[in-house]
Amino acid sequence: MSTPTYHRFETIIVGSGGAGLMAALHSSKEVGTAVVSKLYPMRSHTGAAAGGIAAALSNIEEDSWENHAYDTIKGGDFVVDQTPVEILCREAVECIYDLEHMGLPFDRTPDGRISQRRFGGHTRPVPGNPSKREPVMRSCHAADRTGHMILQTLYQQCIKQGVTFFDEYHMLDLIMVEGECRGIVAIEIATGRLHVFHAKSVLLATGGFGRMFKVSSNAFALTGDGPAIAYRHGIPVEDMEFYQFHPTGIYRLGVLLTEGCRGDGGIMFNGKGERFMETYAPNMKELASRDVCSRSIYQEVRAGRGVSGKDFVYLDIRPSTINKYKSSPIHRDGLEVDDHFIESRLSESLELSRTYLGIDPLKEPMPIQPTAHYAMGGTPTDFDTRVFRNAAGEVVPGLYAAGETACVSVHGANRLGTNSLVDLVVFGRRAGKAMAQYAKSHDFKEIPKDAAVPTKKMIEGALAKPRTEPWVRIRDELQTVMMDDCGVYRTAEGLANARQSVASLKKRYESTGIQDKGTVFNTGLLEYLELGCLIDLAAATVASAESRKESRGAHSREDFPDRDDVKHFNHTFATKDGDFDVKIDTRAVDVIYIEKDGQQVPKYPLEVRKY
Amino acid sequence: MSEELTDPTKGYLSTRILTVQLKRYDPEKDREPHWQEFKVEARPIDRVLDVLMKVKWDQDDTIGLRKSCGQGICGSDAMRINGQNNLACKMLVQNLKSDKLTVEPILGLPVIKDLIVDMKPFFDHYKSIMPFLVNTDPAPTTERLQTPAQRERFDEGTKCILCACCTTACPPFWGNREYVGPAAIVNAHRFIFDSRDQAASERLEILNDAEGVWRCRTVFNCTSACPRGIKVTQLISEVKRALITGVLDMPQEAEVLA
Ligand SMILES: Cc1cc2nc3c(=O)[nH]c(=O)nc-3n(C[C@H](O)[C@H](O)[C@H](O)COP(=O)(O)OP(=O)(O)OC[C@H]3O[C@@H](n4cnc5c(N)ncnc54)[C@H](O)[C@@H]3O)c2cc1C
Ligand code: SF4
Ligand code: SF4
Ligand code: FES
Repeated sequence: MSTPTYHRFETIIVGSGGAGLMAALHSSKEVGTAVVSKLYPMRSHTGAAAGGIAAALSNIEEDSWENHAYDTIKGGDFVVDQTPVEILCREAVECIYDLEHMGLPFDRTPDGRISQRRFGGHTRPVPGNPSKREPVMRSCHAADRTGHMILQTLYQQCIKQGVTFFDEYHMLDLIMVEGECRGIVAIEIATGRLHVFHAKSVLLATGGFGRMFKVSSNAFALTGDGPAIAYRHGIPVEDMEFYQFHPTGIYRLGVLLTEGCRGDGGIMFNGKGERFMETYAPNMKELASRDVCSRSIYQEVRAGRGVSGKDFVYLDIRPSTINKYKSSPIHRDGLEVDDHFIESRLSESLELSRTYLGIDPLKEPMPIQPTAHYAMGGTPTDFDTRVFRNAAGEVVPGLYAAGETACVSVHGANRLGTNSLVDLVVFGRRAGKAMAQYAKSHDFKEIPKDAAVPTKKMIEGALAKPRTEPWVRIRDELQTVMMDDCGVYRTAEGLANARQSVASLKKRYESTGIQDKGTVFNTGLLEYLELGCLIDLAAATVASAESRKESRGAHSREDFPDRDDVKHFNHTFATKDGDFDVKIDTRAVDVIYIEKDGQQVPKYPLEVRKY
Repeated sequence: MSEELTDPTKGYLSTRILTVQLKRYDPEKDREPHWQEFKVEARPIDRVLDVLMKVKWDQDDTIGLRKSCGQGICGSDAMRINGQNNLACKMLVQNLKSDKLTVEPILGLPVIKDLIVDMKPFFDHYKSIMPFLVNTDPAPTTERLQTPAQRERFDEGTKCILCACCTTACPPFWGNREYVGPAAIVNAHRFIFDSRDQAASERLEILNDAEGVWRCRTVFNCTSACPRGIKVTQLISEVKRALITGVLDMPQEAEVLA
């Protein structure tokens, strides 16, 4: 391996999904910026997002950012930092208009405004009866290709603005000196050459890590590289026990059928043909939040009420069904749903079902099961996306994180649908601005000449090791144990088993190597290194889940079925401790107080979360 | 539920042995590309991508291919499968006509390794047609208005995932790599017919060039290759018509928006 190539940019953005591109647009307006990404921008998984992006525009129904904030906090089962949530919901509105001005082809209302629809967990007080809440149209959409359109639009704007891209460069290390981040080390996939990127500020925008689980809606590339690499440098990961399982994954494949299916009236049935959500969430039914729906499906399957006694249920979006239950919002206007309506609103889901199940959803219901979908946890940051080095909230100068990789935390124990895309644009923008600001007020600091040596050694090690077993087997076992013992339902016993399994998988991983010894597009090597990231994050996830002895949001302990606000109204910080161990700390939730009758009271008081 | 419904477990229960012919090329070892044969057990429900990954993971780790989403939305895994361009993740084993699978890189772009081609020339063509909204009027404080019909007018092109299936199936492109190719024209169309855009004439000028839209001989290969079902040739014809007639066929602004 020859000497690494040296580059210098004021800011480096790692990842070209929605968060990375938004940050790049804003940072590059002010300072020299480069985007380093292991995929071409258009290949990022933001493109798979279907349903929509939340913002209280009030285009169809009267709404407010305060409603949005309340829903987000309740949806997250209250372990949500309230200041960033208010920022999110307020800036959402402005960001949507920004995207529209950039050319994003939102669907339109008859009077030419951005069209909106309902999505799970998004509500407003019932007009005239404010003690009750009803679903509200808050999700801005572009067919069911909203994420694709966001990715496309941001990439187009980056081209217009001449942003510098290093496409298919895979970050393998952060350059940390004296507790500061001063750059990254990446491998150029096409040549195998190492590159050192010297920077003043670095953004981790590497997306999620759903590939930790067996059934997932996530792309192959979503292996948590950013948080894992930071973790190895002693930077904590926050709230890892909160991992969202989306209720409507395609049977066994895990590919997602958007929640828009239910927003537009789709109904879930068990094997007996019962609309089981009526039992679990009498008020919101199919539009209850995701954790609630996923657990309901598990319960049905466990009780033997899956279809044909098997491990799946049905999602039915046939117009005849929707009309029978009057479950579409258009029924309120006295209209009926027909094939064309479904076809135009949910074309991607229809296509996915036809392609991967051979089922036409206009004629038959679709077999579904929960799929690992979204990481609420990740690298902890403040609301300017600056990374925390510890639970006390001290920051790592020069290091930023945004998007699914980060934990701000606005999603708490459970994210609402359409709240991730808005998180990407709001906090991506804040990241770009904050990083540029930091770069302008600081000088480049030296980096060691041998900054790439640890990476070089890691690669040489992987190439030199004999292949004692296929690393793929280790990955498969990891995904299985995480799905079974650290999935929708958890117990002390299962988690202990997961902990031991992950530790032994890590040993096996470290002792085996790979077959491909080449330098050009050695995807075997990169997948092997990605697996290393997943293993480290799995260890942190299991330890965090063991420490939270309560059930909250997506984290459901069978041995501790209730929420415990006395002991666990806080965030979990997991830090690497030696080779295998994980140290757990907690951090208080950011709560906003307001004055009421001369007293300081919480603006968003704790309540039981019912839908 | 009483009616006869498809049993989704069935596709997982049986397997068959596929013979995969893979075009291999490793620039560090081979002077020329060559074919290599693999046998692999596959289930009806497997994607061709799964089949290839099985070969890679179980038999030969050195195989080079790109992949990401696995659901036909990221455009990573365009390849020539049994002689036709497609995304490997969008084809299922149960839809193969025989037990033979021939897989080679898409044509017309330089091969880097095995199924991986250099996408730079393709993206350069894309970038050449100004693939971004141009509107120099001061932006309003809320959204720019657009009727549903105006929005619908350019919908087709917004589905493009830049996978290159179309351009690398186009005979004129094989003959002349300077031709911008159908994907770039589709993306130009997306903006030319967007009521909010102001640079239609500049884009049309670019496409009027010798390497522009007139290279297209309407062979329709691109339309049948597009995994997103985009009516590529129709969009190209609309651009040609705009160049010939000098008018854009656009829905009128509705009264309410005026
Ligand atoms: C199927 C699906 C549907 C969804 N639908 C919705 C929805 O309707 N509404 C909503 O709000 N949310 C939705 N989500 C969630 C949302 O789409 C994601 O959380 C979000 O897109 C993540 O964006 P990101 O920018 O953080 O990361 P991504 O878009 O995943 O991008 C990650 C980037 O990091 C790069 N990268 C990773 N590792 C490295 C490395 N080591 N070196 C260099 N680069 C690296 C990758 O190349 C990629 O560019 C959905 C998610 C899925 C999976
Ligand atoms: S229709 Fe035109 S662009 Fe499409 S393949 Fe034929 S010649 Fe190429
Ligand atoms: S038009 Fe179709 S085939 Fe061509 S690049 Fe776009 S999605 Fe791919
Ligand atoms: S892997 Fe994304 S399109 Fe096939």
